[in-house]
Amino acid sequence: MPSAPRTQGRFGLYGGRYVPETLVPALDELTQAFHEAWNDPAFRAELEGHHRKTIGRPTPLTYLPRISDETGLRVYAKREDLCHGGAHKLNNAIGQMLLAMRMGKTRIIAETGAGQHGVATATVCAMFGLKCVVYMGEDDIKRQELNVFRMRLLGAEVRPVGSGTKTLKDATNEAMRDWVTNVGDTHYIVGSCVGPHPYPFIVREFQKVVGEETREQILAEENRLPDALLACVGGGSNAIGFFYPFLEDKAVRLIGAEAGGEGLATGRHAAPLCEGTPGVLHGAYSYLMQDDEGQVIPTHSISAGLDYPGVGPEHSSLKDSGRAEYHAVTDEEALDAFMWLSRSEGIIPAFEPAHAFALLKKLPFDADSLLIINLSGRGDKDMETASRVLEL
Amino acid sequence: MSGKLAGMSAIAGRFASLRDRGEKALVPFVTGGDPPIEHLPMILRTLESGGADLIEVGLPFSDPIADGPTIQASSQRSLDRGTRLEDIFEAVAKASVGVPVIYMGYTNVALRRGFGRFAKGARESGAAGALLSDLTPEEAGDWQAAAKEAGLDTVFLVAPTSTNARIELACGATTGFVYCVSRTGVTGAENRVPADVRETVARVKRHTSLPVCVGFGISQPEHVRMVCEVADGAVVGSHLVNLLAETWREGSGREKLQEAVAGLKAASRI
Ligand SMILES: Cc1ncc(COP(=O)(O)O)c(C=O)c1O
Repeated sequence: MPSAPRTQGRFGLYGGRYVPETLVPALDELTQAFHEAWNDPAFRAELEGHHRKTIGRPTPLTYLPRISDETGLRVYAKREDLCHGGAHKLNNAIGQMLLAMRMGKTRIIAETGAGQHGVATATVCAMFGLKCVVYMGEDDIKRQELNVFRMRLLGAEVRPVGSGTKTLKDATNEAMRDWVTNVGDTHYIVGSCVGPHPYPFIVREFQKVVGEETREQILAEENRLPDALLACVGGGSNAIGFFYPFLEDKAVRLIGAEAGGEGLATGRHAAPLCEGTPGVLHGAYSYLMQDDEGQVIPTHSISAGLDYPGVGPEHSSLKDSGRAEYHAVTDEEALDAFMWLSRSEGIIPAFEPAHAFALLKKLPFDADSLLIINLSGRGDKDMETASRVLEL
Repeated sequence: MSGKLAGMSAIAGRFASLRDRGEKALVPFVTGGDPPIEHLPMILRTLESGGADLIEVGLPFSDPIADGPTIQASSQRSLDRGTRLEDIFEAVAKASVGVPVIYMGYTNVALRRGFGRFAKGARESGAAGALLSDLTPEEAGDWQAAAKEAGLDTVFLVAPTSTNARIELACGATTGFVYCVSRTGVTGAENRVPADVRETVARVKRHTSLPVCVGFGISQPEHVRMVCEVADGAVVGSHLVNLLAETWREGSGREKLQEAVAGLKAASRI
């Protein structure tokens, strides 16, 4: 294994800052702006106001009676699908937008895969009246058409990315190139806990409200902590925000679902924690799908939001320490779970969290285990694909 | 090497002899493996005979975030042909040019092989130095140690956005030459070079006695001339990568490359 230097912004071995020199001053500025804001009660109050009045927080913790009966478990869902915009992504986008305003930036860029982060970013740009450019891979534009229209409706410019794999990885490359070029007036709202320091840290801090609410809610409902938390992992932001407040509760199992695509054995998947090796992509050292030459391997997942060869560095550290475990769920298993949740509970999930639900059937749990799944987003954006692949 | 150049690295020696002749360095960049790798030795020799003083050989990476469309596409073509790092090392060794060769790539390609093995392989191919575009001095401790061990010079970037403290850091980590990025942006041929590059170079020069070369966006002899008024050399990348892509296959490809390099080189003789 290659050795990695330990400098700033590390989670164990992972993270750091591998970027063109041009960006380093902007990352320093962002780090400082975040620390000042996070210690400023006025900033916290403003963010909490947006949690309640813009996003609709706290989101409910919903008991799932029929799924619980069927599996012999006690299963709850944390309803991030009920956030304004339809996913957890707004928790981060609002936080970063407030930072951008503090830094006096006038232009916002973002990358998006499923389009949920793009919609969240377009939403906050509309709210604050800032110019918004969203980079999106051409393949993702096709499979998440609804979200492309939503972004445009919200006033954002969606720039198609036709290089490389034409998905989230290349959209991120293009966003980074834009930022290198326009770093003076532009803030890059990174959509997951990936990228160079301080992004993985900032995004986790903005997403940890999910786990904090969950902890309070489950104690109120059940008067005890859950046996396990389950979440899907693309870049890993919904999972880290959900897990983080439980890290010290060692009895709570933390379980991540990666995109197994057509199956790990086929090589056509997006499961760097299950099958990858550590390397540097998009500014951080973390598990990565790469070949022997250090070239990043194309990924595959039915879910655009999980179709990414890298993962947030904090997850890499949690994997190595054994504090969290990660399993791959295939497209087919995720589609099954997508139907299952729709028909058993009347909730249509996004394809991404459907991966986490699939683990209920895939992993052995003791009877009556108390489990909570982060339902990171709703399924509207996936109707087009679902209607093509499911025969109803 | 003889006389006062003895004991200097190949890069330091090259800049010393340029200074003696009152010239600045012309540093062409080409992507390893585009045109196909078997052409690289001939391309390098053509660059040398055209007047290149040092040569940068790009190591393709799947996700080149510091590169614009030209070098992105070129890297992708090289990777699509199955070019491997070892192939590039072998082609450079085979070319055996008399001017210093510097590899320019991304951290992951070096890290995957291991910084130590990468630096050793690069040195054994005859190269004099290497630059990893997404490796900043803060993260470069292991890399600097590996390069030193292998006898390979390091090159680090400074940018218009770099603070004086960061320039100090980059100069401290550099043993070859300091690579000054002409503008905030990615690589790519442009019609003009921003005037404030003079100021950036002047700031860098206050922190180091190492040679300073300017790159990104330089495509024409007048750009080279302007840059060479203040810096010790100019790097020309995308412009030549485009030229190779368009003309190398033609019978006259070699002459065209040689001519272009000679024209750029003439502008570096101030
Ligand atoms: C609903 C939903 N869940 C999960 C993800 C994956 O991102 P992350 O792993 O950062 O939560 C996405 C990404 O687009 C998403 O839209």
